[in-house]
Amino acid sequence: MAPLNRRQFLALTGGVFAAAALGFPGNNSLGAKRRIVIVGGGIGGATVAKYITMMDSYLNVTLVEKKTTYHTCFMSNEVLSGVRDIASIEFGYDGLEKRGINVLQAEVTAIDPQAKKVSLADARTLAYDACIVAPGIDFRWDAIEGYNERIAAQVPHAWQAGPQTQLLRDQLKAMRDGGTVVIAAPPNPFRCPPGPYERASQIAWYLKNHKPKSKILILDAKEKFSKMGLFTAGWKRYYGYGTDKSLIEWVGADEGGEVTGVDAKTMTLHAGSTVKADVINIIPPQKAGHIAFAADLVNDLGWCPVNQQSFESSIHPDIYVIGDASVAAPMPKSAYAANSQAKVCAAAVVAKLHGEPPPEPSYVNTCYSLITPEDGISVAMVYRLGADGTITKVEGAGGLTPSDASDAMRKREVQYAYSWFKNITHDTFG
Amino acid sequence: MRLTGWVAVVILAQSFINPALGELPEATMLAYTCAGCHGTNGSSVGPASPSIAGISREYFIESMHAYQTGNRPATIMQRIANGYSAAEIERMADFFSRQTIMRPRQTHDVEKADFGRRLHKKYCELCHEDGGRYPEDDAGVLAGQWETYLRYTLQDFLSGQREMDKKMEQRLDQLQADHGEQALEALIQYYISEQ
Repeated sequence: MAPLNRRQFLALTGGVFAAAALGFPGNNSLGAKRRIVIVGGGIGGATVAKYITMMDSYLNVTLVEKKTTYHTCFMSNEVLSGVRDIASIEFGYDGLEKRGINVLQAEVTAIDPQAKKVSLADARTLAYDACIVAPGIDFRWDAIEGYNERIAAQVPHAWQAGPQTQLLRDQLKAMRDGGTVVIAAPPNPFRCPPGPYERASQIAWYLKNHKPKSKILILDAKEKFSKMGLFTAGWKRYYGYGTDKSLIEWVGADEGGEVTGVDAKTMTLHAGSTVKADVINIIPPQKAGHIAFAADLVNDLGWCPVNQQSFESSIHPDIYVIGDASVAAPMPKSAYAANSQAKVCAAAVVAKLHGEPPPEPSYVNTCYSLITPEDGISVAMVYRLGADGTITKVEGAGGLTPSDASDAMRKREVQYAYSWFKNITHDTFG
Repeated sequence: MRLTGWVAVVILAQSFINPALGELPEATMLAYTCAGCHGTNGSSVGPASPSIAGISREYFIESMHAYQTGNRPATIMQRIANGYSAAEIERMADFFSRQTIMRPRQTHDVEKADFGRRLHKKYCELCHEDGGRYPEDDAGVLAGQWETYLRYTLQDFLSGQREMDKKMEQRLDQLQADHGEQALEALIQYYISEQ
């Protein structure tokens, strides 16, 4: 093909795609302002709001979130160990408001895909041209006998950070030396696959330094878990794992690890055997956040199927689902994945409102876990859209921290984990 | 690579006619995935992952290839770099070389920084021009770079884990012979003091 000159190029593309390449700055070719309503102000929701305004400052973007601030689940395990203060994982929406995003503190009760309206608990409605739903996770409260939302005020899940994190921290602080902490780890899929095991590591760090006669028992609904080799090697090194003095014991599903019931009054758990504990942390089985069910966006398994190039719902057009609630495997349900998906979705939504097809996506996930304050491990992956239209791992990319990484490199991973935390939260809320 | 006809036409057309038209969608799409660690548009808010905004195109490409071949020590970057083709790396290089680096204020020792400024002029300025802020010298941006990253990088050079060219090796040897180890600390204090 012969090179085109600028005039021919603009004629060919009608100028519209040229605007697409520029990110539609101040583009007013659409007439009335198009309205985008985002439901949920977590990592996915906040990122998609920010990046849409970066790509097209002329769009009318409203973010609806029930809470006034967001506590990140990532790094919340450091609050449990006392390494970090809970204020350091709390983020507000001022940054988004400064970008011209309307942040509405309200609860969404319904989404009408035909009328293209979002209903709020206070009876207001918001009309949209595109609605992006980022509800995160909800718990299957019926999965473990004796465990429900009310009991969680006594027996924390701490899998949505904030008051739940503080509650678990307070219980760990109040526990006697020699006590038993039980962590009930959920079946797949769930938010933050390495999270329960980083949690065990961080609690072990606290116990080792403050209550060394105590013990952590992980009762797991699975037979293996994320970064298993690196975690167990780390536990051996720091916490006596595998010896009778170990601070951590892990019981997999095939050894009766799945928790089926809990009695909060007697602090007893029912799994393969009956276990008495001083502190219980139940991380329940999970599903997409409540509004995804109310808006009829879920499949039989309780998650939201989407077109993985745009994150548009496979069930209702012009509604998009990103983050933990979406079906995006092989991407994990993680903050980095939600942040990455939000950018792909933002570009697709902006393109669609300009009558263009979604651009070719690129996705990344990076998850750090801290075994001690000086020993970090990570997993990373780069993804692209496969020929069959599904998210696919790039061959040869990604993987875990090498098992032979030096102590110096593992120490650096901690500093890079903190950098990741600062940058991803700034990229999301800043 | 999956390219629809239209996108292919636009990419071809843009690369031939007017690079000033703006970023290709794919360049931004690729580059946005880096922000979780390197900050929005490549300006890191620290404390260890470096800013890559305003980086030289050549240095970006060279760095990614060094990670891919395992020639540069890294924690996670080798695993990330392996996910991209040479063409994709060039697109990311285009994007980040056009961004303006933000330099947040970093706490530093004023006296050491002043000493470091003088040392830089004598030993480093020839290659790291304009106080290490001029990207076209095709070296990494040192001015206002994050302290922890500068420390790691210097450690890797000095331990021989990261290769350096003969000229740099001679200069660093001379610097330490003339002023001892405090000279390295002074240089770091100077670079982080730059706004």
